[in-house]
Amino acid sequence: MFSGINLSLAIWVPIAFGIAVLAIGDDRNPRPARWTALVGSILGFLVCIPLWTGFQQTADMQFVELAPWISRFNVSYHLGVDGISMPLMLLNSLMTVLVVIAHWEVVRDKVSQYLAAFLIMSGLINGVFASLDAILFYTFFEAMLIPMFLIIGIWGGPNRVYAAVKFFLYTLLGSLLMLAAFIYLFNATNGSFEILDFHRVPLSMTAQILIFIAMFMSFAVKVPMWPVHTWLPDAHVEAPTGGSVILAAITLKIGGYGFLRFNMPIAPDASAYLSTFMVTLSLIAIVYIGLVALVQGDMKKLIAYSSISHMGFVTLGFFIFTYDGLLGGMLQMISHGFVSAALFLCVGVLYDRVHSRQIADYGGIANTMPVFAAFFVFFAMANSGLPGTSGFVGEFLVIMGTMKVSFWWTLLAATTLIWGAAYTLWMVKRVVYGPVANEHVAHLKDVSPRELAFLVILAVAVLWLGLYPKALSDIMNPTLQELLRQVGQSKIA
Amino acid sequence: MNTATFSLATLAPARPEIALLVLASALLVIDAFLKRRDGVVTYWLTLATLVLCALLCVVTVRHQPVTTFGGMFISDPLSQVVKTIMLLTVAGTIVLSRSYLETRRMLTGEFLCLALFGAVGMMVMISANHFLTLYLGLELMALSQYAMVALERDSAKATEASMKYFVLGALSSGLLLYGLSVLYGATGSLELTRVAASIEGGNANGTLAAFGLVFVVAGIAFKLGAAPFHMWIPDVYHGAATPATIIIGAAPKLAAFVFVMRLLANGLQGMTGDWQQMLVFLALASMAVGNIVAIAQGNLKRMLAYSTIAHMGYLLLGILAGNGAGYSASLFYVIAYAIMTLGSFGMILLLSRAGFEADTLEDFKGLNQKSKWYAFMMLILMFSLAGIPPTAGFFAKLLVLQAALDAGYTWLVVVAVLLSVIGAFYYLRVVKLMYFDAPTGEITIERRMGTRWVLSGSALATLFFGIAPAPLLNLCLSAISRSM
Repeated sequence: MFSGINLSLAIWVPIAFGIAVLAIGDDRNPRPARWTALVGSILGFLVCIPLWTGFQQTADMQFVELAPWISRFNVSYHLGVDGISMPLMLLNSLMTVLVVIAHWEVVRDKVSQYLAAFLIMSGLINGVFASLDAILFYTFFEAMLIPMFLIIGIWGGPNRVYAAVKFFLYTLLGSLLMLAAFIYLFNATNGSFEILDFHRVPLSMTAQILIFIAMFMSFAVKVPMWPVHTWLPDAHVEAPTGGSVILAAITLKIGGYGFLRFNMPIAPDASAYLSTFMVTLSLIAIVYIGLVALVQGDMKKLIAYSSISHMGFVTLGFFIFTYDGLLGGMLQMISHGFVSAALFLCVGVLYDRVHSRQIADYGGIANTMPVFAAFFVFFAMANSGLPGTSGFVGEFLVIMGTMKVSFWWTLLAATTLIWGAAYTLWMVKRVVYGPVANEHVAHLKDVSPRELAFLVILAVAVLWLGLYPKALSDIMNPTLQELLRQVGQSKIA
Repeated sequence: MNTATFSLATLAPARPEIALLVLASALLVIDAFLKRRDGVVTYWLTLATLVLCALLCVVTVRHQPVTTFGGMFISDPLSQVVKTIMLLTVAGTIVLSRSYLETRRMLTGEFLCLALFGAVGMMVMISANHFLTLYLGLELMALSQYAMVALERDSAKATEASMKYFVLGALSSGLLLYGLSVLYGATGSLELTRVAASIEGGNANGTLAAFGLVFVVAGIAFKLGAAPFHMWIPDVYHGAATPATIIIGAAPKLAAFVFVMRLLANGLQGMTGDWQQMLVFLALASMAVGNIVAIAQGNLKRMLAYSTIAHMGYLLLGILAGNGAGYSASLFYVIAYAIMTLGSFGMILLLSRAGFEADTLEDFKGLNQKSKWYAFMMLILMFSLAGIPPTAGFFAKLLVLQAALDAGYTWLVVVAVLLSVIGAFYYLRVVKLMYFDAPTGEITIERRMGTRWVLSGSALATLFFGIAPAPLLNLCLSAISRSM
């Protein structure tokens, strides 16, 4: 069905519904906007399903669409997915459905704009993952900032303006340097903006290093890697629940995706040359940020720092150049998408009831919210990498991959199993267990069917990925093998 | 120049100018005899004149340059394209300004006729192929604008602005004229084609020509508003009544761009290496001054004035590349810029009412709560000015950066990129005020459809050319390649 335009549908269906939601939006009666958004997000997810079912296990780009856009500069509307981008698109489309479900009774202010921003962003992010043309990629990549900026700034917490502006400027700085690199590559390839042509063009070491750094500025901010991570805790804490979910589950992955799609294949020699640097930054993120997470009193901030630490694992996996590392990094990205989204939604559930994110304001919610507590503990376990959950697979593979390269790196990386368990479980202990802490907690109601819906979906996903990662690794395998081959070949002419 | 060969046919390339001049003069007389003093009849006649002349320009588009008046006047694809857009921009400005002018009793024949004469000046400037024609057009435009700024005679701010504008404008004209006369001395001709031939052929006195070039570039920088010759821009933009600000800010940039093209790219092509260096400095200074100083502004008109300075810097990036791709990138830039200026200053007109100017940033607080649509329009315009896709502003920046990088100015491009991040901050602040803050004062939206349509139209055009830039880009490319 719709063969030939699958990717376009995945991009434009959510955007079209987003515009429709804006058009029919009425702040006094948000019901029509809500249902339209739900239909739009579910349709957006459904049109992504054929990408999964019709996926061929090869390293080639699939579902390719090609049309001229600005023919004078050889810019084209060129879409296609491989084993790296397709799972991320599915993840994104699924998360949008969850965000729409999660907002239902919670967001009351400017509902239609809120939903429209998420739907439009969902389409734009699909565009980021599906673009095979650098200018098309850049257009989606930047345009995505606009709805996110508004989401943080309008529906966020008290310090939202600061967080929104910081988020925007940080990412803009990085991406403009990447744009300069694209223009350089356009000249180097004699006039092509095709990403796959960028992969093939021979480049001198100096050029590669400069390109690597320009793109690193862009993607490291997104991931975020230490030391350019400081926007993330602010943005997460101030963003509304849906914003945090999309930020953590999807936009961070764009950084990791960028490394795989751009940095490593375009500048393989520079990647190898700078790998120690990248590994060092990753290890700092894993250890230092893990320790920072330990002392947070704000649950959202804690999960934000935990995200940075987990994403450190992703970049570590990528830059040790082993198959296990790459696969582990990819699986970790998907897993982190589910787990961090689930944790942010859990905090959202609590926040909607008590209006506090402080760990100190809770205690003993297991007594009043047993069902919720069970899910919360489950996701916390996944976050600390319990075998059987998705969190384990990625971390384990990355650690295995690192072991082949360096024992000491492995040792440092493996400490995450301690830090991760420590900060997550300590938070759970203080929030979930113990006696009922105060009046608020005593009056808590357990999860509603709506909340149960998204928690169950995520729990199933976490378990599925934890118990049967082969479903994903088979899809990723050819692409990652090909990537490993590309990275291994020198491009210095 | 043989006068014996004169016939009506030799006037044909100048049809739009002649029509506009005749109609504007007629309008001046008609207005004096009108019984109704509210200016509405003149308003409609002015619009009709502008649209008619724009159509004439479209009709007279040629595939090859044609000169007339003994080589003083040139009509080529570039001039016709820019004239059409320029006339439509002036028409858009007048539609936007109608009710602002009405409530302040400024919708008079004087204002409208001055706008028309200014347009004649710009058209002459665009089609000039001779130093004298160039100067004549420039002065006709500038004199009309000085008067338009001064028209609000009860306002001390406007009077001050017009004085500054006049004195600095006269100074810059003097510089330019001096430079042109030195060039005449060096090359022995006032006609651009001959000047070019003389320099290329090595017949010109190189030192003298370079000396003249410095003054010419300074004069150009004054007119464009490029730093360090930008001092008049913020005061004049701020002091003038908003319609006059748009009249100065939007269409003349188009004319000034062609003016630069004629002088530097055509006439002084042989000295490209000399003026490139000067433009590098001007571009750098403009981007830095514009983007950094704009942050400190609390008045939207002043902020947009500094933003203009910054944008002129980016415009120069394309010109200093010194090749067809760069020139067409700059043409794209200046067209996109004119559209964005129309929209962003138009927002001030949309929100202003009798006795209230809506020109401080505070006045935009909470606009999203009052009107989602216009807040969104302003959002598009601000992101376009900041150069964020999918807007025309992004492609404009991309094209000039690409041209500059292609010409080997890697470091300049990196600096330009960094400065545009600084620039993004103050545009974001406007979005922040509209969307994140609660309204503090009363917000009224202008009821007149004309204002609303032109404003929304320019914002949507910005978005459209961001999603489908190819048609406009191809137009720019073919205009430049057929004219240069």
